[in-house]
Amino acid sequence: MSELLLRGVSKAFGRTPVLSGLDLSVESGTVLAVLGRSGSGKTTLLRLVAGTERVDAGEVLLGGEVVDNGRRFVPPERRRVGYVAQEGALFPHLSVARNVGFGLERAARRQGRVEELLEMVNLLELKDRYPHELSGGQAQRVALARALAPRPRLVLLDEPFSALDATLRASLRGEVVQILRRTAVTTLLVTHDQEEALSVADLVGVMAGGRIRQLARPEELYARPADPAVAAFLGEANLVAGEAAGRLARTTLGELALSGDCPVRAGAVTVLVRPEQLRLSMAGGPGRPGRVVHREYYGHDSIYLVALETTGERVRVREGGPARFEIGAEVAVRAEGEMIAWSKRATLGL
Amino acid sequence: MTALSSPLLAEAVPPRLRRRRPVLLGLFALAVVAGVLLPLAFLCFEASQVGWSQLWQMLDRAIVASLLWNTVRLALVVTALCAIAGTTAAFLTERTELPGRRFFAAALVLPLVIPDFVVAWTWNSVFPGVRGYLGAVLVMTLGLYPLVYLPVAAAFRSADPALEEAARSLGLGRAAVFLKVTLRQARSTLLGSSLLVCLALLAEYGAFEDLGYQTFTTAIFNELQIGFATAAAAALSLVLVVLSLLALGGEAFFREKGRLEHLGGASNRPPRRHRLGKAAPFAFAGTAAFLGLALGLPLAVVAYWVVAGGRSSLPATSSLAAATGYSTLYSAGGALIATLLALPVALYAARHPGRISAGLEKCAFLIQALPGLVVALALTYVVERYLSFLYQSPELLVVCYSMIFFPLAIVAVRASVAQAPRLLEEIGRTLGSGPLRVRLRVTLPLLLPGLGAAFCLVFLSGVTELTATLLLVPNGVATLATQFWGYVGNVSYGAAAPYAAMMIVLSALPGYLLSRLFDRGAARRRLETGADR
Repeated sequence: MSELLLRGVSKAFGRTPVLSGLDLSVESGTVLAVLGRSGSGKTTLLRLVAGTERVDAGEVLLGGEVVDNGRRFVPPERRRVGYVAQEGALFPHLSVARNVGFGLERAARRQGRVEELLEMVNLLELKDRYPHELSGGQAQRVALARALAPRPRLVLLDEPFSALDATLRASLRGEVVQILRRTAVTTLLVTHDQEEALSVADLVGVMAGGRIRQLARPEELYARPADPAVAAFLGEANLVAGEAAGRLARTTLGELALSGDCPVRAGAVTVLVRPEQLRLSMAGGPGRPGRVVHREYYGHDSIYLVALETTGERVRVREGGPARFEIGAEVAVRAEGEMIAWSKRATLGL
Repeated sequence: MTALSSPLLAEAVPPRLRRRRPVLLGLFALAVVAGVLLPLAFLCFEASQVGWSQLWQMLDRAIVASLLWNTVRLALVVTALCAIAGTTAAFLTERTELPGRRFFAAALVLPLVIPDFVVAWTWNSVFPGVRGYLGAVLVMTLGLYPLVYLPVAAAFRSADPALEEAARSLGLGRAAVFLKVTLRQARSTLLGSSLLVCLALLAEYGAFEDLGYQTFTTAIFNELQIGFATAAAAALSLVLVVLSLLALGGEAFFREKGRLEHLGGASNRPPRRHRLGKAAPFAFAGTAAFLGLALGLPLAVVAYWVVAGGRSSLPATSSLAAATGYSTLYSAGGALIATLLALPVALYAARHPGRISAGLEKCAFLIQALPGLVVALALTYVVERYLSFLYQSPELLVVCYSMIFFPLAIVAVRASVAQAPRLLEEIGRTLGSGPLRVRLRVTLPLLLPGLGAAFCLVFLSGVTELTATLLLVPNGVATLATQFWGYVGNVSYGAAAPYAAMMIVLSALPGYLLSRLFDRGAARRRLETGADR
């Protein structure tokens, strides 16, 4: 059953359209991430679901009940939707325990629900602290506990980790996902960080132009993006022009194998070649000749920018292990594995 | 749901986007600001009744030119001296290793609670030579510098040391860094507080009367009290308001040009303190001497006269207890009304940015330029003509206080509205609290410190207000300020002193509460930034 359903939702601020006919459904007990650039309307989407904003057109259903369709409107306090804002937004005048207990009836507070939740987020010993005495990560965990306390049917996370530094972000992310899985609460998370979306969610929706461009499982989304724009948004991508014939495409990188579910079989195409699908060898090795023009060394792997000898076209290549080639080195590039391609005509507008 | 309540719940969108405006709240805010600006309108009306040509004749006199010269030279010199003294004191206590800086930081603010007319009297009673222009410069500088010291010290405290370090690393010397970076960062604060000093000077009456120095305010007062020449008073008031507006405009002009965008990425460290080395004893002695003049001398003189006592042939209109009661009652009433009126204006301005709220803010800003005397004058006119039953009523005095000190209330409430963003209310609602409950549980507690600060500020100012009170106080009643003034006028210093002492005590109490309020905020910030000072 879908816990949350949005149908044809539109919202504009003044003359600026933010959402235009957005459809989305979140199944009960799953974690869905919406990935979009800043300003793409992600926060507006969450606010419409929470009821702190009203739709211009379309409808929002929670658990099958219409909560907003432009006429009928259920206010936020009756929606049972928890909201975790970007920077926690804890009530500054209340202690940690009273923040968590804010949404609880007195009976639930007496029965130790607050302690139960603080235990879950590992912050029981900080229950008498005030928000200004917490670190960013602690504040986020309190905000999560506060949102979960009244047992909402849906939790909304608005870029919950973006204010934290990189290492803290990764560890807190793991912890939060575990908590969400354990409580089996339906979750809608919005983020601009593709790594976050891919690593956390059961399903990822890519948002652009006020609607969801593609909704799929993370691995599927990465392997088979619906169009070059989605592909470029999800990690690094070489978009190579070519001519398709059956399951092969002729390109400057040689003949590339197309995957079985590739939407095109003939004609001019754009092929997606991920940097890790390319291999380098010494000059004269298998593949097309080229020269390393730039290198980024990351420790566990390196990215090479290679200019192809034939056309001067530049491709990005990822290689694990120690860096083998210096800038200026003559190399050969070849592609391995199956690629996805789109018809050139269909992607012309992008 | 009424529109009045909707700003708190209106669906928030990213602030750059347009929001539905709560019309009723907006109208209410407009009405408040218009009401407070009424005296200005009335002044213009009164002046036009007299006729502009006749008005010009009244103003085109040698006496007016000398008043102008007196007022302007005093305003300019004292404002500059206060800026220098306040900034130097702030630098010493906040940015150097001055011995005893904690004590000095607290004590240097205290002269704020001693009314200037009391300071003037204490000096004059000890050194009868402290009179005229130089006397006024001395007394007003000692009385008003805390208006600069307090905000500039706060600006120095919160300044980002990364900028100074960057400047040092770019090869600037210490003095150059101070001028080009430290002072530059505090520039808008310094300008704003200098404006406050200038406006306070233009509005002051009691101190100048004590010192026998004529300014526009004393002249207006005397025209009214002695000559009952209301038309002349209105004409002079117009000039005074124009002078205030000029000060206001000058500040706005320089502030706009010198606008400093905060680039973010503040380094969250407290600024480094400079070593004073061999200069330390001199800095200490200088600060101590200054404090002795500004705080020690007035307190000592008041204490001396309280102890020495002395009979007065002038009977008290109000006993000390009764005067304390009246002062408290009127000031608290004014504080309550000003705070309640400031709330909708601040809420609207903070939560619905746009042309209307920018206009509202500008008007609220203009009100600062209306000296208390002018407000009292205008209220007297209105009441005498149209609402005579209110003449000399306590209500009128309370209303007058709330109008004069409305800008103070706005500043304090505005700061706390920023502490209660709409997001927190929305989160409260997603947690199951209805609109009313959320405002009681979230918004009100967050606004309370600001409302408290507004109340304290207005109360403190009301207790020490003399000029408007003299004009409007009900017959047969005296507040602490007017009874003190009566005794001083009669040279009954021993009888006057207890009233001065009580005024200081009454205004020190909310002053103390205020500083606690700000200290707590500062302590909280220190914790947040993990800085240890």
